[in-house]
Amino acid sequence: MSDQPPVILSVRDVSVRYGAIRAINNVSFDVRQGQILTLIGANGAGKTTTLRAISGMVRASGQVRFKDQPITGVRPDLLVRRGLCHCPEGRGIFANMTVQENLDLGAFTRTDADEVEKDKARVFELFPRIKERLKQNAGTLSGGEQQMLAIGRALLARPVLLLMDEPSLGLAPQLVQTIFRIIREINQAGVSILLVEQNAHMALRVAHHAVVLETGSVRMSGPAADLAASDEVRKAYLGHG
Amino acid sequence: MKNLAQNIADVPRSVAFRPATILVPWLACLAVALGVHHYLPMIVDEYWVNVFRRMGVFVMAAVSLNVVNGFAGQFSMGHAGFMAIGAYVAAGFSYYGSLYFRGEANVDDFMIQGTLLMLVGIVAGAFAAAGAGYLVGLPSLRLRGDYLAIVTLGFGEIIRVTLELTGKQVYDAKAFQDAPLSTLATLPFNGSTGFERVLPYANLFWVWLFVGVVCVVAYRIKNSSAGRAFLSIREDEIAARSMGIDLTKYKVRAFVLAAFLGGVAGAIYAHTGVNPSPTDAGFQRSFDIIIFVVLGGLGSLSGTAIAATLLTGLSEVLRGPESIVNSPAGVWSLAGIALALAVGSALLKAVGNRGWRVLAVASVAPVLLVCFAYLAQWLATAWGVKLSDYRMILYALLLILVMLLRPNGLLGVREVWELFGPEKPARRPGAVGPGKEPAP
Repeated sequence: MSDQPPVILSVRDVSVRYGAIRAINNVSFDVRQGQILTLIGANGAGKTTTLRAISGMVRASGQVRFKDQPITGVRPDLLVRRGLCHCPEGRGIFANMTVQENLDLGAFTRTDADEVEKDKARVFELFPRIKERLKQNAGTLSGGEQQMLAIGRALLARPVLLLMDEPSLGLAPQLVQTIFRIIREINQAGVSILLVEQNAHMALRVAHHAVVLETGSVRMSGPAADLAASDEVRKAYLGHG
Repeated sequence: MKNLAQNIADVPRSVAFRPATILVPWLACLAVALGVHHYLPMIVDEYWVNVFRRMGVFVMAAVSLNVVNGFAGQFSMGHAGFMAIGAYVAAGFSYYGSLYFRGEANVDDFMIQGTLLMLVGIVAGAFAAAGAGYLVGLPSLRLRGDYLAIVTLGFGEIIRVTLELTGKQVYDAKAFQDAPLSTLATLPFNGSTGFERVLPYANLFWVWLFVGVVCVVAYRIKNSSAGRAFLSIREDEIAARSMGIDLTKYKVRAFVLAAFLGGVAGAIYAHTGVNPSPTDAGFQRSFDIIIFVVLGGLGSLSGTAIAATLLTGLSEVLRGPESIVNSPAGVWSLAGIALALAVGSALLKAVGNRGWRVLAVASVAPVLLVCFAYLAQWLATAWGVKLSDYRMILYALLLILVMLLRPNGLLGVREVWELFGPEKPARRPGAVGPGKEPAP
């Protein structure tokens, strides 16, 4: 395994409780630099909770290390400054603000105005449609456009590691293809990605590694191609076999 | 795909340093204040001049409350408490200051120094209110919605009761000069009677100058990165956090800024010829201000300013239609303005721009208001009814009507001038991803 890129995010024995309910239980995995790791699993398996535990949105026990620094219990806004950016489920765009204002908020932690403008130009290259809509209230965008805005906005924080929660949720099949193509493009530009997906089929196709969560615990993990080929995954998540 | 340089060139640059954009708003404030000060007394009588002073105070109060309730979405119901702190501190400065330095509180040949004391008092009052805002802002980190509203409501009541328990006012300059510090320790603000004999230094000029200043400051806040952070917290706290916004810091900051500006409003209020009293901190006053904000639009500064102006004016018109009807100049100027607006906007309505359509509707409102006043007076005299008895009922009915017609407030989150921009493009049907543009 010596040819593997270094680990950028290491999750060790992370558990989260919501009151008496244990949402995730001793979850462990590593995200390697420049790679895509996908968390797949059924509804309620604890995928979103795992992301929230990493980004500090919920209190968790266990150890999370980002760029070799422990980050358990660190506030989410400080993590953004360190390059760990969470693109929340349901897109989390600011509906009553304009697209422009949404993008500006993406670059909230940054002070290098010129570089921000360059990054905006890059976002517009990825999503030309966003640029046409700058003055429009974000709530008036279509579902796909909102997802593009959410991704573009997250990119403006210049993340080293991007946590994406269900980017394909509620999108037309054609748009899902586009979003996954863009996820791959972002990754090729050097951003490591931790991708939570229901659409296991597409997720396994773009990811390098995959982790299968089942009722709060890691069921399987390994290279995405291996998992996609395994009978168990094919039966349970890919719907054929 | 366009090249990178082209894309960068096309990006609208957010802020460019231009002295004109910085200076012009302040000069405009000064011009408006001078204009109101000189020309308003020519049009309306003394009673309405006082109404306009109070109107200015309410505009400031509503605009400042909008920073926390509208921008940041943290529902504060104790704004009158902050205003009262500003009012008492400022009144303390100008009253006891003149007692201490001049040996007299009630002097007429005192304008310049008195005004100076008032200005010092405004600054002190604003900072005192901001300090209180910091204290109230802290619980907002853990509380949401209704719970926060109750806490802030409680804060207002604490201020009211504290003011009722303050010590006797000192009227004798000699006694005050001899033992100033020990006297101040008992907070000599005259308990529930209210602070008396505060000179009305805040004439039309000062009131409307500060209205302008408060509005410009609030508008700058709205368009700053802090303002965007406030709006994002209001929209979605989780998403705001994932943008790297420190919720704690910005919630407290919203409270402090709103309290600071509210303190300015209170400080001016204390100098408009009223006796600041503990009831000014009560929830009745807080609700009045909340009504202006909700009606004008949470997040819209021009909306709340318009709502505060119209509602203060309206409640006066309803008090006794005679007062406006008996001042022909007022009626004719009002009607003239309305007519001009109506004709102007009707012409421009042909251009087909949303802002002008809004303006056309808005310009009919004052005409209706004047007609309503005449009609109400005519009916009242015919039936022998004293109209002012029903003032609050009519006022409440009008509020219900507005909320039914415009549930998001007059302007929602946007400003008046933003309505005049190009019409927002309708969403194209079948919009799909990049690289696959649909045929127009």
